[in-house]
Amino acid sequence: MREEITRRARAAKDKTPAYGNDVDLNAFAQQVPAREKITSLAELSQGVKERALGVGVDASMKDRSGSFFQHDQSVVFSASTIEGLELMDINDALKKYEWLEEYFFKVVQPDQDKFTAYGAMHPFSGYFIRALPGAKIVFPLQACMYIGREGMIQNVHNILIAEEGSELHVITGCTTDTHVQKGLHIGVTEFYVKDNAKLTYTMVHNWGPDVVVRPRSATRLGKNAVYMSNYVSMTKVRDVQMYPSCVMEGENGVARFNTVVYAPPESHLDLGGKAILKAKGCKAEIIARTIAKDGGYVASRGLIQGDAPGVKAHLECRGLLLGKGGVIYAVPELIGSLPGVDLSHEAAVGKIAEEEIQYLMARGVDADTATALIVRGFLDVDVRGLPPQLQAEMKRTIALGEKSMM
Amino acid sequence: MLSIEHLSVEVDDKRILNDVNMKINEGETHALFGPNGSGKSSLLFTIAGVPRYKVTAGKIYYKNKDITDAPMDERAKLGIGILFQHPPVIRGVKLRDMVRISLESRGRKVTDADINELAKKLNLENFLDRDANLGFSGGEIKRSELLQLLGQRPDFVMLDEPDSGVDLVNIGLVGRTINELLEKEKKIIERTKSGLIITHFGNILDFVKADRAYVMMKGHVLCQGNSVELLEDIRKNGYGECMACAKR
Repeated sequence: MREEITRRARAAKDKTPAYGNDVDLNAFAQQVPAREKITSLAELSQGVKERALGVGVDASMKDRSGSFFQHDQSVVFSASTIEGLELMDINDALKKYEWLEEYFFKVVQPDQDKFTAYGAMHPFSGYFIRALPGAKIVFPLQACMYIGREGMIQNVHNILIAEEGSELHVITGCTTDTHVQKGLHIGVTEFYVKDNAKLTYTMVHNWGPDVVVRPRSATRLGKNAVYMSNYVSMTKVRDVQMYPSCVMEGENGVARFNTVVYAPPESHLDLGGKAILKAKGCKAEIIARTIAKDGGYVASRGLIQGDAPGVKAHLECRGLLLGKGGVIYAVPELIGSLPGVDLSHEAAVGKIAEEEIQYLMARGVDADTATALIVRGFLDVDVRGLPPQLQAEMKRTIALGEKSMM
Repeated sequence: MLSIEHLSVEVDDKRILNDVNMKINEGETHALFGPNGSGKSSLLFTIAGVPRYKVTAGKIYYKNKDITDAPMDERAKLGIGILFQHPPVIRGVKLRDMVRISLESRGRKVTDADINELAKKLNLENFLDRDANLGFSGGEIKRSELLQLLGQRPDFVMLDEPDSGVDLVNIGLVGRTINELLEKEKKIIERTKSGLIITHFGNILDFVKADRAYVMMKGHVLCQGNSVELLEDIRKNGYGECMACAKR
């Protein structure tokens, strides 16, 4: 099986990605020295702790069901504190469980493009997270992907499995050391949400200014299963391209993608979400709130494909342009292959209407405060279904981003 | 309280108000009649300071201060409030936020309980956490606007068609709230609040008494006088007679 994966990857090693800018992989360091393991996140240096906290990973590990820390290419810490929750280095898990091969490069294809090919052909690290059948894990699990070396490639492969009837909430924070400007993060993440299970996945990015990021993730969803994906990035990052997908194979599955991003000048973000509704009664929502300021660029994609009767899905791309010279490119796509599917989209890109600012000013706030209030409102997406800690984390990150915009 | 002297206004280089004069004393409520497009709302927006409305001549004095060039928020802080006839929908900004900034604009400290209490008065508790004006019915918009004004407690209250789209059940509540804003419960001499009400059909004046009224036509104040008599005349004869009068 591995040989087949490697063979396909090799054939795709120069395959240009379908979206986003091409990247010269040779411009980055492929091998970096290993980091030593730690016994608690408390052992991390103060600077690393602070950067991690900025993306929702709390070194105190308070109110967390488990913690995972990948420093460069080394998994330095990994521990679950709750029964029913497995969390370990993906390489350990692949050794421990032979059956895990069935989940390896299954929803993400090794020959999708040069990034997945790179991922398949090179040593990788990452996490294996599994909620055992029926386990309801209320506290979120936190994982940090940390780049501490200038110019390196961080090659990640994660697998998450929510077994039947389980519930799992994960926050992944991705960040760099303050001195790191440049780097490349390739992250293959495969999600399996089985019948009657619920998985929420919140990803917060705060990369160095010249970092290039290529997550490659996909989800397979079972019967009555719920998957919610949240993505927040509010700081300057050179180039991010991702288009995660969710294939909804069981009846009455629910999927929701929320994207909240701010592209300051010199940031290039090409993002989206895909939902393929293949079974009766499935529902999906893809919501994006994007802001581009001055020279910032955001492509906000979305695709909904309805292939079964009685499915309902909605796509919403809203973009706000601040300053001058920013670009937002909204690309909502709907494919209905049967009568009886209910698919809709709305997309709107523009600047803040003067009328709205004036309405607030008529109540006694100045133009800047009015603008800030409207921006905050614009970015306020519905995150019902997330545990309160993660809702607060998203709000906090977004609020910090708002400050930098004004 | 408010004095308008020889005010002329343009929007996009088009003259929309011509030599308007008006004086509203402390404690007085005046009404503004006129057909659609006569300049009533433009006058309110100009007094509120909406930048699109460019004053080309004349002055606006509020509490003896020249506010002709003052920004909108400053006018609001000085105590000028407005009920918008068609307020914009602001996604993500909740009605609660609007009430909060209205309360804070006059230097008050606000708790959620204060806002809930105020909303109860207008049966809007369930609207506080909804996006401002999104999907609100005509009557709900008026009540939401009044709720914000109750927070702001302006000394000079401008109301742009507070009765349009309001059903019979709610018009009483709208009327009572306006009376509260204008301190109509107090003796005339004790009232410190003033008002200017735009009304197309005059329905609100059955609930809120106006001291004086104006008829506007094509950007001019055509005549002024007793609000009851003027309204009776308009109800009887429509604006046809006013138009004839404007030609003379």
